[in-house]
Amino acid sequence: MGGLVDAAIEVRGLVKHYGKVVAVNGIDLDVARGECFGLLGPNGAGKTTAVEVLEGLLPPTAGEVRVLGSAWGQGGRRLRQRIGIALQETHLADRLTVGEIVRIFASFYDHARPPGEVIATVGLEEKRDAWVMKLSGGQRQRLAIACALVGEPDLLFLDEPTTGLDPASRRALWEIIEGMKRRGRTVVLTTHYMEEAERLCDRVAIVDHGKVIALGTPAALIGRLGGEQVVEFSTAPDVSGDGLDALPGVRRAGRAGDRWSLAVDTVHGTVPALLDHLRGRGAALTALATHQASLEDVFVSLTGRTLRDDA
Amino acid sequence: MSPLGEMTLARLREFYREPAAVFWTFGFPALLALALGVAFREGATRPAAVVVTPGPRQAERVDVLSRDPRFAVSAAGEGEAAAAFREGRAVLEVGGGEAIRFRYDPIHPDAEVARMRAEAAIQQAAGRADPLAVETDPVTARGARYIEFLVPGLIGMNIMSSSMWGIGWVMVEARKRKLLKRLVATPMRRGDYFLSFVIARLVFLATEVAVIVLFGRLVFDVEVQGSLPALALVSLAGAMAFAGLGLVTASRTSSTETVSGLMNLAMLPMFVLSGVFFSTVHFPDWMQPVIHVLPLTVLNDALRAIVNQGAGPIEVAAPFLALAAWTVATFAVALRVFKWT
Ligand SMILES: Nc1ncnc2c1ncn2[C@@H]1O[C@H](COP(=O)(O)OP(=O)(O)OP(=O)(O)O)[C@@H](O)[C@H]1O
Ligand SMILES: [Mg+2]
Repeated sequence: MGGLVDAAIEVRGLVKHYGKVVAVNGIDLDVARGECFGLLGPNGAGKTTAVEVLEGLLPPTAGEVRVLGSAWGQGGRRLRQRIGIALQETHLADRLTVGEIVRIFASFYDHARPPGEVIATVGLEEKRDAWVMKLSGGQRQRLAIACALVGEPDLLFLDEPTTGLDPASRRALWEIIEGMKRRGRTVVLTTHYMEEAERLCDRVAIVDHGKVIALGTPAALIGRLGGEQVVEFSTAPDVSGDGLDALPGVRRAGRAGDRWSLAVDTVHGTVPALLDHLRGRGAALTALATHQASLEDVFVSLTGRTLRDDA
Repeated sequence: MSPLGEMTLARLREFYREPAAVFWTFGFPALLALALGVAFREGATRPAAVVVTPGPRQAERVDVLSRDPRFAVSAAGEGEAAAAFREGRAVLEVGGGEAIRFRYDPIHPDAEVARMRAEAAIQQAAGRADPLAVETDPVTARGARYIEFLVPGLIGMNIMSSSMWGIGWVMVEARKRKLLKRLVATPMRRGDYFLSFVIARLVFLATEVAVIVLFGRLVFDVEVQGSLPALALVSLAGAMAFAGLGLVTASRTSSTETVSGLMNLAMLPMFVLSGVFFSTVHFPDWMQPVIHVLPLTVLNDALRAIVNQGAGPIEVAAPFLALAAWTVATFAVALRVFKWT
């Protein structure tokens, strides 16, 4: 495998089957050292599967993976000294305290950070002596992150680290990740939150049905939409897409579930013309929303589906 | 602290923070010994209940039998005697006139003994002369009471169930929670994980065996006749063999229902066949070779030899090696097929 000298992760032709289910269907990726790389995609896209292969926890069905310059298999323990992992779900022992668990994880690493410091980093000082079973869901999540950080990793994998966190904890985690970036560490994370990916990730890969369908910096991917703003609407009765992309300022028109989604230069330049257009076809607006173009819209434009049901 | 030290501490903490586990390991065997010991002690010392039915010699026979403290004698009418019999309040009915008539259940050993003693007492009172003098020299033999049979059996049973549950259940639970997966994602040495269970098991083992031995000693005066180091070695070998067996049952599944089914499948035959509550001699000859290969039989026999027959390390070397062989075989299989994720 040629690849970059400075690659933290190199993946070529990665395929993973579970029996008949094709979870990952041919992925190629390079993640540079010091980069924060995001995997985005809907439920079941294959993000967790791909990440667990990278973490050396699942054997690939086909393809090659190199992490920090080595393949999994030889010298696995030495590699693990440099990698921190938070799985999508782990239930740590119920009847051990936060402090005890972080101490156990610290004991595995040659250059561990002091457990108390890591516990403070994730904001669990007050819960240091509480049993895991008495923690809230978000507090458990933060404990899992403390266990991922305690080995002072060069490469950190976080699988949906902010799912279930309140806004303050989410921002605190963003700061932790930004701190890792500042110290030249590599972070790979999966998420459903677009604003999170846009803010944290240097590059993102959008994954659907086990394949990477778009790859690049968030700005470049959004730029491909052509417009700065997005207008979404639905009508009764439904209208066809004919003529939508001919409206002033419309760069791209597409279906997003039961709505139409228009990438536009400016909202005020397009909406009046859109209203005229609909009136001319006898369709009444049942919903109209506008927002800044985001990675969500990139996914919609590529697949015609929304990324999250609640989005 | 080292990873092994941290993980061993975690094992110990998780155990004593789980009250149910503490009860089943320490409290339950003591309660079982208490219940069985009390039941069987009373059975051995209670006088045999005898009813004497109406007849010309009723009063005389009540008088004769009452002189023997081993009988609890009462006079009763026919109907009353029949009821006492039916309800198990009497084991022997004495009636008749010049001839003595006994009614009893010949299958019932207490009844048979009561009949022989009652007959001898009545015959002698009626003037039977025994041709020979009898000297008896009563000894309360050490190691012959039921409770003395029972205590080593309980130790063996407890070593089996706590080793199997303590390893099998806990590991499957950890796999189900993806904790095993999380641990192999760290640089932890996999051997340390297993070793932490083994070491924690040894700590519990010492306490478990001590609780039952002390309980037997204080409550039922059961003394360990043989060597304590031999007791320790054999218990250790037994605990390791069952730890291995627990590891085999826990090696692949992530369902706690499956693992408890597998463990019961392994343990139930041994509860019955391996001489915990009654001796293995009751099973037919063709089964004996199988029974004596089972690790619990090997362990129980060795524990009984130590507790009741005064065996020392040399005498229990063979069972020790047999248990060691079980340990090696089960660990070899389990570690080969063990699934972390
Ligand atoms: N152990 C497994 N056995 C069989 N199929 C599996 C297994 N794990 C995952 N899959 C399947 O593989 C596909 C990809 O799953 P994966 O967990 O990688 O998705 P994901 O992108 O992480 O989804 P989510 O956003 O919900 O976490 C899904 O269709 C899933 O049903
Ligand atoms: Mg996932």
